[in-house]
Amino acid sequence: MQWDTRQKNLLLILARDVASKIATPMFVVASDGRLVFYNEAAEGVLGQTFADAGEMRAEEWSAAFRPVDADGRPIELKELPLGIALYERRPAHKTFRILGADGVQRDLAVTAIPLLAHQDEIVGAVALFWSEPQEGTP
Amino acid sequence: MHAKVWGCRGSLASPGPETVRYGGNTSCVELRLGDGGVVILDAGTGIRALGIKLGEDPPPRIDLLLTHLHLDHLEGLGFFTPLWERKSDLHIWGPASPLKSLEDRIATYLSPPLFPVHLSDVPSQPTFHDVPEGEWEVGSAVITAQPVSHPGPTVGYRLDDDGRVFVYIPDHEPALGVDLKSVSPDWISGYGVAYGADVMLHDAQYTEDEYTMKVGWGHSSTDHVVTFAQIAKVRRLVMFHHDPLHTDADLEAILAKAKELWGENGGEIGLAYEGMEIDLP
Repeated sequence: MQWDTRQKNLLLILARDVASKIATPMFVVASDGRLVFYNEAAEGVLGQTFADAGEMRAEEWSAAFRPVDADGRPIELKELPLGIALYERRPAHKTFRILGADGVQRDLAVTAIPLLAHQDEIVGAVALFWSEPQEGTP
Repeated sequence: MHAKVWGCRGSLASPGPETVRYGGNTSCVELRLGDGGVVILDAGTGIRALGIKLGEDPPPRIDLLLTHLHLDHLEGLGFFTPLWERKSDLHIWGPASPLKSLEDRIATYLSPPLFPVHLSDVPSQPTFHDVPEGEWEVGSAVITAQPVSHPGPTVGYRLDDDGRVFVYIPDHEPALGVDLKSVSPDWISGYGVAYGADVMLHDAQYTEDEYTMKVGWGHSSTDHVVTFAQIAKVRRLVMFHHDPLHTDADLEAILAKAKELWGENGGEIGLAYEGMEIDLP
């Protein structure tokens, strides 16, 4: 193993530190889209602990939570806020529905931002999200 | 490769009778590479005496690697003799900020009103290099710089010269936000650059009690530096960046504690001192 693959980028380390200390659900992905961490607050929304989920490739996590729009159409990774943050390197916000690992559907409002170490160097992205009340529920 | 410490004090130069054994000059280390090349790590006040020494037999090229631009790592630059020699071939490496180049950032200090001469007017006209991603070569050494946990853009350096590895991370708080003893090593700042070093000079500024009052200031406690070195499988740890309030006697008490923590795990542990020489044959 080369030395430079032994350790995650410092920005990801610091982002994980922030995520572990805040009460807002937060998701951290590396530059290749790999899920590297989500916090305790996110566990309640996603229906699974990070310890159980572990790191996942982008295709895995984006499929696992089955995001769909208001009409029930699946949303591809590149259209999700995290996909936009990673591939278009800009902040993005969207409301959509996921299916948690616990089998519960939840409406989420998600805001994602790219982590740019320099203007031309992306090292990952983070997403903050809020669970919204389901339509028709009080 | 051969190293000599010209300054190992942190934060502020601290000359006086209580610091005479380990020294009061701020960070500066001279490296002589296997091919004779001269690399200098940081430009604290220790670089003044080094510059005078280099003037006796000026090297054809000098590479100065800055970890970051806090004053205790930069304040000696304006008093470094080769900076004022037109014939010097001086290359200065260090981290850019997300928006400004290294040269622009240094000019903030080397310009009025903080300094009488503007950086653009110094005779040597040094060449500035923002440290690149990945490895680069200086003489016989392969160098890597990696961002580490410390306020502002800061890197640690790893120099591999003919298979011997020297690591320099003078300002570093790897324990910020993580429990070093339980987290996976790939989540530890500096682990990649430090791994398997033959010699590592590393921040050891605070005692455990002091650290509790200074979390987030960017430095390590005795326990943190020992734990970090052991996780990174460092063969020889040299404790560096001594707190300006620590006397020689304080430092020796800190070393005794560090040796206790180090245990019988092999390798060596000690305190950096001015004039210390380290051979990596």
